[in-house]
Amino acid sequence: MDNFITSLLGENILTFVLVTVPVIAFVAVFALYAVLGERKISAWMQNRVGPNRVGKGGVLQTIIDGLKLIQKEFVSPIRADKYIFNLAPIIVFTAAFMGFAVIPFSSIFIGADLNLGLFYFFAITSLGVIGLMIAGWSSNNKYSLYGAVRSVSQIVSYEIPTALAAIPVVMLAGSLSMQTIIHEQAGGILNWYIFGGPGAISKLILFPFMLTSAVILFISTLAETNRTPFDIVEADSEIVAGVHIEYSGMKFAMFFFAEYAQMFAVAAIVSTLFLGGWQSPFGDLIPFLNNPWIQFGWAISKGLLLVFVQIWLRWTLPRLRVDQLMTVCWKFLIPITLIDLFIIGLYAVL
Amino acid sequence: MQNLELIFFIAFAIIAIYSAIMMVTRRNPISSALFLILNFFAVSGVYLLLKAQFIAIIQVLVYMGAIMVLFLFVIMLLNLHDENKLSESITYRKITAVLLSILLMGLLFVTFFFGFMGKKSEIHETAGTIGKAEFLGKELFLKYAFPVEIAGLLLLAAVVGAVVLAKKKFE
Amino acid sequence: MVELNYYLGLSSILFAIGVIGVLVRRNAIIIFMSIELMFNSINLSLISFSSFLGDVTGQILVFFIIAVAAAEAAIGLAIIIALFRNKGTVNIDEINILKW
Repeated sequence: MDNFITSLLGENILTFVLVTVPVIAFVAVFALYAVLGERKISAWMQNRVGPNRVGKGGVLQTIIDGLKLIQKEFVSPIRADKYIFNLAPIIVFTAAFMGFAVIPFSSIFIGADLNLGLFYFFAITSLGVIGLMIAGWSSNNKYSLYGAVRSVSQIVSYEIPTALAAIPVVMLAGSLSMQTIIHEQAGGILNWYIFGGPGAISKLILFPFMLTSAVILFISTLAETNRTPFDIVEADSEIVAGVHIEYSGMKFAMFFFAEYAQMFAVAAIVSTLFLGGWQSPFGDLIPFLNNPWIQFGWAISKGLLLVFVQIWLRWTLPRLRVDQLMTVCWKFLIPITLIDLFIIGLYAVL
Repeated sequence: MQNLELIFFIAFAIIAIYSAIMMVTRRNPISSALFLILNFFAVSGVYLLLKAQFIAIIQVLVYMGAIMVLFLFVIMLLNLHDENKLSESITYRKITAVLLSILLMGLLFVTFFFGFMGKKSEIHETAGTIGKAEFLGKELFLKYAFPVEIAGLLLLAAVVGAVVLAKKKFE
Repeated sequence: MVELNYYLGLSSILFAIGVIGVLVRRNAIIIFMSIELMFNSINLSLISFSSFLGDVTGQILVFFIIAVAAAEAAIGLAIIIALFRNKGTVNIDEINILKW
């Protein structure tokens, strides 16, 4: 049983479509308020007020911004390759949203509990780079092209530490299915994989290695979503806005939306793998908090916490240079994850 | 559910054939590459119908996420945009080639489509377990461990070779 | 009901389209992509045999084909870049000498 909708209404095509509705609604609302949240948090960090004109304390700001973007004319540059230019935001958007199919929100709600769920997520999110690339190429603008080249080298490189940092959890849980990984972490905060997973001995031995894996997974997913300090793809001060430079109106909004959707998606993946997903941190001490409907709250609040960390890092750290970015990936993250993988694999075998 | 399978198969087959034809006929290499990506997507859908889930996702990850990104990257690097007018004229040689290829298509199609007609009508009942990562992993690392090692070596050789070939000479 | 021969028919059509691409196009990159298409159609036939016969060997073979295809794409594209740097074109009619 994947989710409560199919168990209530039976398994047919209509219910499979219905399952997507709450997910899309959640992502839409999240994206709207994450933009506002980001602006408010950055304002708070820089001792400013932030948006405060539309609605009480600016709560309607992004809705108004969205309306403005919808009203704008569809502009394509005259030398651009029109079809590909218009296709690019759709690809980025679709790839960002398809990942949500395997993100578990509760023990009774997941789009599809595939037995290859985690693998599916990495495969689908890796398609977004195609969209960024053809966006940069078809704009026929040198800054866009630089942005596209940078995005490819960055995202393709950082896919490796992302996958390698996720493998330890898969080895310990013995499954690629998201729900199984979460069920393995039952029984309170100390059984989460960031603390070494269930089992007293494994906690003692594996805690430092699992913690490293979790941190590396978080760093490399940050790079995959092009967030600062890894936002050389957009880098306003160097290449203006990278691949987004020629896009305006709804097409730009789609890129923006996809970026925020992906922020939550990777946060949810990190929380599923290492922070117990929808598991309550109190375990069986307070059984009420393990209620399937309260689990929604745990899953979403853990995701939002990680999104907050992403925003916090963005407004704290400066941007890396291109060569530093590659150095971090190939000379630090990958060797460290390989050592981690070796030790945890040794433990899992023995 | 049987009808659904047929509908999905026909849809994927039409997308695959259409995108393959478009891939061969487009002038602009970027469009060709994008149609090839669409083709791989449709074929990975067909793999799912065949219950080969692991291979379907490998297809998306490796072919679409890595190999085609590499292709697009190279096309962008070489800036073939200006080379659209690459002499792609129609000659007798090409007409002959197309006719012979269509003959080949007929031959293959008759052999495979009519030759296997009614031989196997249902997917084997163990196909679902075979396609899973657990089963394939056990087979790969126990029975086919040596070929896996060789494949790893081959990939290493390819990485070294690609770096050597594409390295820019500073003179 | 989708039978084995449907999958094999699709595979043979895709293979023949790949052959047309290799024979007709002059752009080295598109020829390369046509070869990938042919690989793909062979993978499809192997997997359909594997699923219909309940034998894992076909899928293992496809796994290795994909690994080799990745290696081949990296090397092939590196060769194309090297050629382009020397000759300034990817038209295979103009790349007709074996030694520079």
